[in-house]
Amino acid sequence: MSHLLEAYAAIAGSDVVDHLRQLAESLHGAKVVHVNSTRVGGGVAEILEKLVPLTNELGLDTSWEVISGGEAFYQCTKAMHNGLQGNRVHIPARLLAAYEEANEANAEIMREKLTEADFVFIHDPQPAALLEHMPKRGGKWVWRCHIDASHPYRPVWNYLRRKVANYDASIFSLPAFAQLLPHSQYIIPPSIDPLSDKNIDLPPEEMESVFATFGLDPHRPLLVQVSRFDRFKDPVGVIQAYRLARKYIPDLQLVLAGGEASDDPEGEATLAEVREEAGNDLDIHILLLPPDAHRVINALQRAADIVLQKSTREGFGLTVTEAMWKSKPVIGGDTGGIRLQVINYHTGFLVHTPEGAALRIRYLLHQKERMQEMGMKGKEYVRENFLLTRHLREYLTLMLGMRHGAKYRIVLS
Amino acid sequence: MENPLAFAVKDCALITIATGRKAINLAELRENLKVVSGDSIYHHFWGGLLTPRFEEREFNNDFAGWVRHSLREPELAERLAAIDPGQSHDIETIRQDILEVIDDRLDERESSRWMPAGREFEFLHGQLVVFDTRRRLEEPADLAEQTPKMSTSSIFYHFIDARRRVEDNSDDLSFWLRSFGTKHQELSAQLTAIDPFFSSLSQIRQELSQLFVAYFKEGGRA
Repeated sequence: MSHLLEAYAAIAGSDVVDHLRQLAESLHGAKVVHVNSTRVGGGVAEILEKLVPLTNELGLDTSWEVISGGEAFYQCTKAMHNGLQGNRVHIPARLLAAYEEANEANAEIMREKLTEADFVFIHDPQPAALLEHMPKRGGKWVWRCHIDASHPYRPVWNYLRRKVANYDASIFSLPAFAQLLPHSQYIIPPSIDPLSDKNIDLPPEEMESVFATFGLDPHRPLLVQVSRFDRFKDPVGVIQAYRLARKYIPDLQLVLAGGEASDDPEGEATLAEVREEAGNDLDIHILLLPPDAHRVINALQRAADIVLQKSTREGFGLTVTEAMWKSKPVIGGDTGGIRLQVINYHTGFLVHTPEGAALRIRYLLHQKERMQEMGMKGKEYVRENFLLTRHLREYLTLMLGMRHGAKYRIVLS
Repeated sequence: MENPLAFAVKDCALITIATGRKAINLAELRENLKVVSGDSIYHHFWGGLLTPRFEEREFNNDFAGWVRHSLREPELAERLAAIDPGQSHDIETIRQDILEVIDDRLDERESSRWMPAGREFEFLHGQLVVFDTRRRLEEPADLAEQTPKMSTSSIFYHFIDARRRVEDNSDDLSFWLRSFGTKHQELSAQLTAIDPFFSSLSQIRQELSQLFVAYFKEGGRA
């Protein structure tokens, strides 16, 4: 067994890795290409960073390509992202033209690789138009939507639907996100990588240095929300919840840690709103971290007493999974994939308002044993369901399913 | 040369697929139930054992859970939860049972028909990929040692999924034991008596392992 597979076997269980190897046998040598829009920053890049080498270890010939474009392209795809999440955005024709042009130009660069691939996974809207430039494609093309598209803004979805309808299949993170499309829509929740810098166990000195670097007091309760400065993550609502709870717990501290992915031009505006809401409260720490600050994020999540993810819209919420893996109770917005992870009174609490979040913060900080119990339950729940190994198993199953047609039961010989 | 009487341990992986059908009230649930595939109904009873979800489930079929929490109809939820797919392995009979329970409720309270649910019910189905682990059980006594080593998905395939494949709706292990004539008839009967409906797959594995250890410790009662 390779070093990488052995490392996963140590965490997820050797039976889990055996299972992957057996499934992968029938796909040995298959050419697989993933395409997304950024090599660093954001949940998709984090998943691909390990999913790709691990798939290679299992004998599939897997590679990862990144689409690129100018500022207008990123403005367009950000608007599409917001539109899919339900925001009523108007996308001007010049931005759509930039989107089409960027896809056409990238198709030329990737043509040989994508035409020869047995399976192509196109992640999110950014590279979705590549397919129409590949008339001689030989493999199966799958559109992987990581976004909460349960109530999309119709003009945006109608445009994008024309791009994705011709795919052989699509993947959504939750059944509620699936849309009416003329092909199979697989449901695959995302996952975290337990061996990545963001999730690996850290030595005590590294934990201590994070407290010192950011001026945090290790003896006072700490709330942490890690996510991009995006209105759908409701960072302002988190500050409001902190203020309400602080009336009862005066020594409370809050960290809002975010970074900007290279495809997120709206982050600046939200950050300004957050700074204004925080005012000059020295116990609110707004951290703008570089995209590679994975160990710092890891340490902050581990330093937290409670992790918040008070999103009002969420694709899946991998920061929730990360926090649960670190045995933290999570207070999360009652939306998207957070619902699948945060189970009231078992792994944390689902909330709808800053008031609700404040109430649960007070409850947990007064019930330390309960907090610990929820943390342990959360970690096991993640081990069973949301590690990279489960995610990879479902990709392999999907590929085998697509190769063998639409039957319920496919028996490999 | 391979022993033709050996038991081939197989394993499986399930992938979930959206059917595109959704229901926002009881009337829509009923209409969809009439036309969705049997695979979809089966998935909402058994698929949860192999898909990511919290193990401590309140109801063991998705219809009952949705009716309780999204429609807020506790009486109907209890009646739906009482439908035991183990009693009838014909999915069409189960479909009729569900429809009858819903119709009874609508006869009692017509207003239930249009009450909107808090969240939509999404009809799903699954696709099962089955592969050979290349492990073989040469004789029934191997079950005691090998069952704890089987994956939970292997348990699903041989003990749950088998009920849709094996002619008499039993499971693969009972079917194999019967190939030895009446020698392990009692064990086969004990296997059939295990009710998998309220257990997780790891609990079923434990129950099977304990049964095999106890049985073969006593010399197989041959």
